[in-house]
Amino acid sequence: MTSFQLRTGSPGTRILAFGHYQPSNVVTNDDLAKNVETNDAWIQSRVGIKQRRLAGPDETVVDMAVQAGGKALANSGLSPADIDLVVVATCTQEATIPNASAQVADRLGIVAPGAYDVNAACAGFCYALSNTSDAIRAGSARNVLVVGSEKLSQWVDWTDRSTCIIFADGAGAAVLGPSEETSIGPVVWGSAGDMADKIRVKDRNSFLFQEGQSVFRWTTSQLHAVAKEACERAGITPSDLSAFVPHQANLRIIEAIARKLKAENAVVADDIVEAGNTSAASIPLALSRMIERGDVPSGTPALLIGFGAGMTYAAQVVEIP
Amino acid sequence: MALSDQEILSGLGDIIEEIAGVPAADVTPEKSFVDDLDIDSLSMVEIAVAAQDQFGVEIPDDELKNLKTVKDVVVYVQGKGVSA
Repeated sequence: MTSFQLRTGSPGTRILAFGHYQPSNVVTNDDLAKNVETNDAWIQSRVGIKQRRLAGPDETVVDMAVQAGGKALANSGLSPADIDLVVVATCTQEATIPNASAQVADRLGIVAPGAYDVNAACAGFCYALSNTSDAIRAGSARNVLVVGSEKLSQWVDWTDRSTCIIFADGAGAAVLGPSEETSIGPVVWGSAGDMADKIRVKDRNSFLFQEGQSVFRWTTSQLHAVAKEACERAGITPSDLSAFVPHQANLRIIEAIARKLKAENAVVADDIVEAGNTSAASIPLALSRMIERGDVPSGTPALLIGFGAGMTYAAQVVEIP
Repeated sequence: MALSDQEILSGLGDIIEEIAGVPAADVTPEKSFVDDLDIDSLSMVEIAVAAQDQFGVEIPDDELKNLKTVKDVVVYVQGKGVSA
């Protein structure tokens, strides 16, 4: 029985900084109501969105990831030479080959890092965060750039009012590094593949489809337990949280999960109001903006929970940088 | 032991107050969810999930859409409830 050498990693990991990018094109509910039968009051009531950002026609998932990643890198104080792994969480690239992360690394001047993409839809960022934190602890990487970047607008049927009011574009990123302390908590992840048909794109010529009511029922009944478990695994209670940042799927879903979680001291992220639902980008985008506005104190715990198509979900507690 | 209609109504009132902010005292049998209580289909899903937790009776989406009044839900839960 052979036993290979192990690399030395670190006891823990931490997030050094966040960054984000939103396309400049702001689309309001009134703008959408010009083309589909809907109205501002209905959208705000059902989904909570007032406006969303849509990428330009030539603006790609990689473009947005480069912007968000570049800001996170600048905010972290590290240089490109310090990064040895780049992971992009996305499910909306124009084409699947090549991946986004190798290009993002190249354009940010990060030389020859490990580079792979994660597709766990709206749970992608939390999955990628967990993987990359573990990689640092195991010694597979030292400092990592993790990005959630999505261009949902190129998968949406703009005549379908059940989807075009919800989905939007953007990117958020985090730089991770080693730490003597554990500032990224253990992940709770899982899936419900029996519900694979609830959010899907049938083939290359199809649009994004969502069975809204089923998704609403699943998210509002199953996920608060996952959120609580993530707190327990980190060794804290929901009352200890200063922020609760769920995937920005729908404001009604966010409110329902928050109500059941009972994190009474936590600011609940509601970035969807201005950003729309940006799938894997939504959590890092929301948290980056909250930090930039000074909504949440540095050094305090935030609970992240991503969930979406698959169905897939992943949650962990992180310390706000 | 089967729940009485009054027990179901009372439980439902608490659920609706928590989810939709409607005072439990206003949740009376003849009230329509949409027209009288201003409760939309998304809140109905949350109410159905909470009712399942509380009464042990599942209300699937295709049945839920037929329950228009508070009494409809009480009758549904009563009908599906298990008695010892």
